[in-house]
Amino acid sequence: MRVALFVTCVNDAVFPSTGVATVRLLERLGVEVDFPAAQSCCGQPQFNTGYRAETEPLVRRTVRAFEGYDHVVTPSGSCAAMVRRHYPPFGADAAGLAPRVYELTEFLVDVLGVTDVGAYFPHRVTYHPSCHGLRLLGLGERPRRLLEAVKGLELVELPGAEECCGFGGTFAVKNPDVSAAMGADKITNALSTGADVLCGADNSCLLHVGGMLRRQEAPLRALHLAEILASTEEEPWA
Amino acid sequence: MPAFPKAAHEAVRNETLRANLRHATHTIRDKRARAVAELDDWAALREAGKRIKDRTLRQLDTHLLQLEEAVTAAGGTVHWAADAAEANRIVTGLVRATGESEVVKVKSMATQEIGLNEHLEAEGIAAYETDLAELIVQLGEDRPSHILVPAIHRNRGEIRDIFRSEMGKWGRPAPDDLTDSPAELAEAARLHLREKFLRAKVGISGANFMVAETGTLVVVESEGNGRMCLTLPETLISVVGIEKVVPTWRDLEVFLQTLPRSSTAERMNPYTSMWTGTTDGDGPGTFHLVLLDNGRTDALADEVGRQALRCIRCSACLNVCPVYERAGGHAYGSVYPGPIGAILTPQLRGTASEVDASLPYASSLCGACYEVCPVAIDIPEVLVHLREKVADQGGKGHRLEKAAVRAAGWVLDHPGVLAAGERIASKTRRLHPKKLPGPGAGAWTESRDLPEMPAEPFRDWWRKNRT
Repeated sequence: MRVALFVTCVNDAVFPSTGVATVRLLERLGVEVDFPAAQSCCGQPQFNTGYRAETEPLVRRTVRAFEGYDHVVTPSGSCAAMVRRHYPPFGADAAGLAPRVYELTEFLVDVLGVTDVGAYFPHRVTYHPSCHGLRLLGLGERPRRLLEAVKGLELVELPGAEECCGFGGTFAVKNPDVSAAMGADKITNALSTGADVLCGADNSCLLHVGGMLRRQEAPLRALHLAEILASTEEEPWA
Repeated sequence: MPAFPKAAHEAVRNETLRANLRHATHTIRDKRARAVAELDDWAALREAGKRIKDRTLRQLDTHLLQLEEAVTAAGGTVHWAADAAEANRIVTGLVRATGESEVVKVKSMATQEIGLNEHLEAEGIAAYETDLAELIVQLGEDRPSHILVPAIHRNRGEIRDIFRSEMGKWGRPAPDDLTDSPAELAEAARLHLREKFLRAKVGISGANFMVAETGTLVVVESEGNGRMCLTLPETLISVVGIEKVVPTWRDLEVFLQTLPRSSTAERMNPYTSMWTGTTDGDGPGTFHLVLLDNGRTDALADEVGRQALRCIRCSACLNVCPVYERAGGHAYGSVYPGPIGAILTPQLRGTASEVDASLPYASSLCGACYEVCPVAIDIPEVLVHLREKVADQGGKGHRLEKAAVRAAGWVLDHPGVLAAGERIASKTRRLHPKKLPGPGAGAWTESRDLPEMPAEPFRDWWRKNRT
């Protein structure tokens, strides 16, 4: 099977390791991965901040970049939700892309039909289900099932898991105090689990929560789900 | 009122407020989830409520005229108020006509929205709130901070102090040895209020629903104070938003299931009072209904925003909102706080003021509010829609922001330029400061470290390793 990787702008510029992990994971599972270089930002930050006109060219670009692919895979629930839920009103082509875009865990579980991806990650891990993956995409138990199948991994419950971490795109900039208060509660809950890795499927949330963890020099690091799934006994992820 | 971020800045630092809010919202939200889970047909009820409201709103004029006819036929009098000033004028005139200078009130969002108590006070008429939480707020010269639990920001110790120092100024004082036990606090309030109920000649209420086919008004409540206000006085004046009408009694069936479970997590609310005009020898001899517009027809004209008028004021969205939980109700600068306030208030009042323009941004768009809404108001959708309006009007900060968004958009639409920028950021990563200048970026690095920029962006890795 041949798929297009929609790496997303945040991963491209700030978290390339998540893109690399996604490529390695998919290739290990026998998937041929393309990276259409014409891709850019999906337009979510502009759209959610109220700049619909400024969103349009990015929607058109994204639609063009992924023409001809039946499966477009992205390691970001939030960007997948943007395309799935908010693209259709932008026109027929945009509506046509919507059902072809899969968030990584959806693609693994629903399309490839795997939950055990042969990963090895000997750590205590807690999982934060980001809001857009949870509520807009309805990812449900998919990420947890994938994590539970990872060899060596001990999955621990995150208290208040379904509460927003406080990132919210431009919300973190426009309402910094509330955003930081939400993030502080999220990391208090995460630290209470005794986990050494806080895992998520959206690097934008992890950018926010991870930034707070680093500031506090907490014994917990934020890591994208793809990087855990890419890790094997032969080639352990850093 | 300051804009939301500024008001929230203060609230977030108030540890007592944060603890009170957290405890109360988490308790109610957990109970709500259990009460809702009991019903197998919750999804169908939610959809039915949404459709009844939408259908009614589409033909609001017809239903309101039918309501007026039915109320009049049953012996009531209907008044139409275009805005707050007109509604206040009408109510003041009606109270004056009775010769009375005090009224008892059952908790009502509509009268808070128009500032009726303050208006009556200025006109020399004392309005006594009889809902326990409203009483606490009124005695404390405070503002409500929750639709359903107006004193949610107060704990028992604070309430005891308010009762002890303030009750005596308004009527029967609280006992000197009053403790903070719920039973003692409730008893002190009961005795204090009983005097007012028995003396009052005029009652003022809102209504949760108005049934067009019979002209019946409905109040659902938990304490019985509403029933006292609705039945004991000689004159009853009800001030109700025009969106509260439902066509038939049959329609109530849905909302009398969804409202209590969503709001107080009860299967049925303890007191359901219904009144249709006047009846000889039973209840008030005079009944006035003031139908309030106050921006509602403007909201109705907005194809996306109008869904906010479905709201049945259950407050489930407040109790699950992570932003409300940290900022509290006062930060919203409106009688409608929380997610519903963030979409309703800017529609009723417009977005010209700083606080109203800031409300659509008072959300991380996490979607928890939409998930619990019993009439399926897509609050995140309306928030984004209102952000478009605010950004378009180009007020404070938005012209600059739009320019920045356009510039970023141009870069993002030119992957060559974007790639070059990413490469420069990676190459210069050792030089990046830990803290950023500027209001937005500065606030970000106040509490978070920026991630270290990678040695190379993903596109460069791909080009080197896969092409």
